[in-house]
Amino acid sequence: MATSETRLAGRILAAPSILLLLIWMIVPLALTVYFSLLHYNLLDGYAQSSFTGVNNFYYFIKDPAFLTSIWNTFVLVGSVLVITVLGGIGMGLLLDQDIWGQGPARIMVIAPFFVMATVSALIWKNLFMNPISGLFAWVSTSFGFTPIDWFTDYPMVAIIIIVAWQWLPFAALIFMTALQSLDGEQKDAAQMDGAPPISYFAYIVLPHLARPITVVILIESIFLLGIFAEIFVTTGGGPGLATTNLPFLVYREALLKYDVGGAAAGGLIAVVIANIVSIFLTRLVGKNLES
Amino acid sequence: MARRATFSRRVTMTAITWVLAFAIFFPILWMIQTSFKSELDAFALPPKFFNFHWTTENYSVVQDRSDYFRFALNSIILSGGATLLGLLVGIPAAWSMAFAPTKNTKQVLLWMLSTKMMPATGVLIPIYVLYQWLGWFDTHIGLIIILFLGNLPIMIWMLYTYFKEIPGEILEAARMDGATRWKEIVYVLAPMAVPGIASTVLLNVILSWNEAFWTLNLTTTTAAPLTAFIASYSSPEGLFWAKLSAASTLAVAPILILGWFSQKQLVRGLTFGAVK
Repeated sequence: MATSETRLAGRILAAPSILLLLIWMIVPLALTVYFSLLHYNLLDGYAQSSFTGVNNFYYFIKDPAFLTSIWNTFVLVGSVLVITVLGGIGMGLLLDQDIWGQGPARIMVIAPFFVMATVSALIWKNLFMNPISGLFAWVSTSFGFTPIDWFTDYPMVAIIIIVAWQWLPFAALIFMTALQSLDGEQKDAAQMDGAPPISYFAYIVLPHLARPITVVILIESIFLLGIFAEIFVTTGGGPGLATTNLPFLVYREALLKYDVGGAAAGGLIAVVIANIVSIFLTRLVGKNLES
Repeated sequence: MARRATFSRRVTMTAITWVLAFAIFFPILWMIQTSFKSELDAFALPPKFFNFHWTTENYSVVQDRSDYFRFALNSIILSGGATLLGLLVGIPAAWSMAFAPTKNTKQVLLWMLSTKMMPATGVLIPIYVLYQWLGWFDTHIGLIIILFLGNLPIMIWMLYTYFKEIPGEILEAARMDGATRWKEIVYVLAPMAVPGIASTVLLNVILSWNEAFWTLNLTTTTAAPLTAFIASYSSPEGLFWAKLSAASTLAVAPILILGWFSQKQLVRGLTFGAVK
């Protein structure tokens, strides 16, 4: 009974959130575009700013730090995606088995996802990756190896390990949920027919997981493109530029170098990259909405 | 599953799963354990797994020195405030999309989702400058508004998927009996949707509590929550491992407990219904 009165009520009740999100989307973005065209130093103030056209983009892109940061961003996002998707499928399959203590095991696996980024980064950096008293150093020395100085020699690998640890639970949880919806009879039939585990995996499990895998990749990408806190509290983008990703470069331009124009230009580049991912995700979710 | 796996297979699978699950959980366990050590034991080589003197002094030191509860209170105010605002604006919107859909509803939902995908980096500068102008920098209200708007799309989506499962006829019946729109939502819809609303609240609190881009960039002291409190340990206080661990355990514990309750809803909330 969708009366006109109901429809009107629907519009009125949806209006505040639509309006707020519209403002939230348009105002900052418009300001970013505007700032990106200005020569604007935070210390000099807005009154001292002047129009400079596309110069900010020119200098931001020409800065060697830009290409390095783009490369770092993709290395970080790509590596974490590979680790979490492969590891997540493995863990999801295990948790879907008929095992003792499935509940507690699941709780242990999901836990890292709830740990705030600043905590996991600092715990890993100090308690585990410290080259002298860290647990990893102790394990290496016990086996007769020289301990690795993670944040000096392999800073990006260290960040990747921390971030992958945070996101593996998410992937595992999604895949486990998807596997549970796999038809039980189909599982049994495959087992009765004596299908070897590999073909069972390749012909039944993997096709069933195609969609969840896409979802995990897209959603993780959106979060991983914005990784900031882990870098902020561990390496500060260094040594040199070794762990400076795009968000961190923008932060550095704006709040450490006070170059609002340059940072805004960098921010817009981040928006473009994120949008490429979000187009695919939105389309996927939209398809699901119809079914 | 209808049939059970063979015994030996079950033993093997259980062992593998538990070893891996324990390895994943170990850093958290190690953090909690270190928080009960003296600083000397925390650094000891070889590491002390059980043979150390358990102490709770780190916890009292953390509170005395850095005023942990002020930061914790800020975390509660920010995530609570953002969640309340979200419910206030989100429930009516989700009602409208679930029970009074128009031909544009789907587009609107997808558009809302796309605002969530805007990288914070892209709007850091204007928000920072705007907040300086408005005097909202390092204030509760400023942070609450950011967290509220940042999570509003997820809230509306989650509420929408839960509301969709409630038959519209029940609401119509209430309407026929003369219930006003307000009464219909508060007395008929809300009680039926309590589980859905509860898990939406839970997820939103977790996400706001752990948010670490805006809370690090837009606060200094007054409104700084636990994310910033822990970040202050990055140096040189990070050298005090036992205290870092105690502070971290305190910051993580409430959310870890909430998170365990909300595992199942998490999937729905974070995949926008794309995985069931």
